[in-house]
Amino acid sequence: MSINPDLQGRSYPAAEVYEVGREKVREFARAVKATHPAHFDVEAAQALGHADLVAPPTFAIIVAQRADAQLIEDPESGIDFSRVVHADQRFTHHRPIVAGDRLVAELHVDQVRGMGGGAMITTRSEISTVDGEKVATTTSSILVRGEGQ
Amino acid sequence: MPALNELEKGQEIARRVIDVNRVDLVKYAGASGDFNPIHWNEAFAQGVELPGVIAHGMFTMGSAVQLVTDWAGDPGAVVDYQTRFTKPVLVTDTTGTATPGAQVEVVGVVGAIDEEAGTARIDLNVTFDGQRVLMKAQVLVKLSA
Repeated sequence: MSINPDLQGRSYPAAEVYEVGREKVREFARAVKATHPAHFDVEAAQALGHADLVAPPTFAIIVAQRADAQLIEDPESGIDFSRVVHADQRFTHHRPIVAGDRLVAELHVDQVRGMGGGAMITTRSEISTVDGEKVATTTSSILVRGEGQ
Repeated sequence: MPALNELEKGQEIARRVIDVNRVDLVKYAGASGDFNPIHWNEAFAQGVELPGVIAHGMFTMGSAVQLVTDWAGDPGAVVDYQTRFTKPVLVTDTTGTATPGAQVEVVGVVGAIDEEAGTARIDLNVTFDGQRVLMKAQVLVKLSA
């Protein structure tokens, strides 16, 4: 099955709320070998002026990839997840993500380009709090390899 | 926190070597929710024409930036971070030994200074086995003047 070119311009509305927990911030920080106290110790985070534990700079990938899953699992997309390669990634933080945030992500398919038998797909997640405060914008390109690529 | 007006373009801020073992990929899979088997199953990885189990690009990106957050003194100072993934980091199964499954080297250099915006761009040179695995890895950090 090939990639549906009509995906470009499509968007998926914010789905479930992602609640940022302290233990998740700590777990993710350990998983990326982060040791800064602001990820682990609430007082250390507050001493830097943050409301609670600060998430590492790439934490938003959890929320963004949940949003991406809507596209990848969309039967109309034609994407075979086992042939997906991550090509590029960007995080723009409007403010740091902290424990206690309740986040939602709206997914936009910005570009679909055919490449050989495969395709390069660029998506953007606009991440905000449930109250509408902008928190982060993430963009990601995935290469879906065609057969023999 | 380093002061913006004391930085110079081209200045190296820090460097480090990150040891990567198979268990790190399992931990990252669990923490991030990315359970693609190419990051933990040798047979599956080879079945999709990879040389073996490879690290999540996001593991490499996520661990490389720690150099910058530690230097800046506040993880919340990172306002923008981007990269392209060019080569995979192949992680050998060395479970039960003291030998790391892979070693990733990270060097951070001041790439640009924007005094008006109060930001410095740190360019990361991230290599594995002598080859760059991240390209255009740029971290924008908000610093005090």
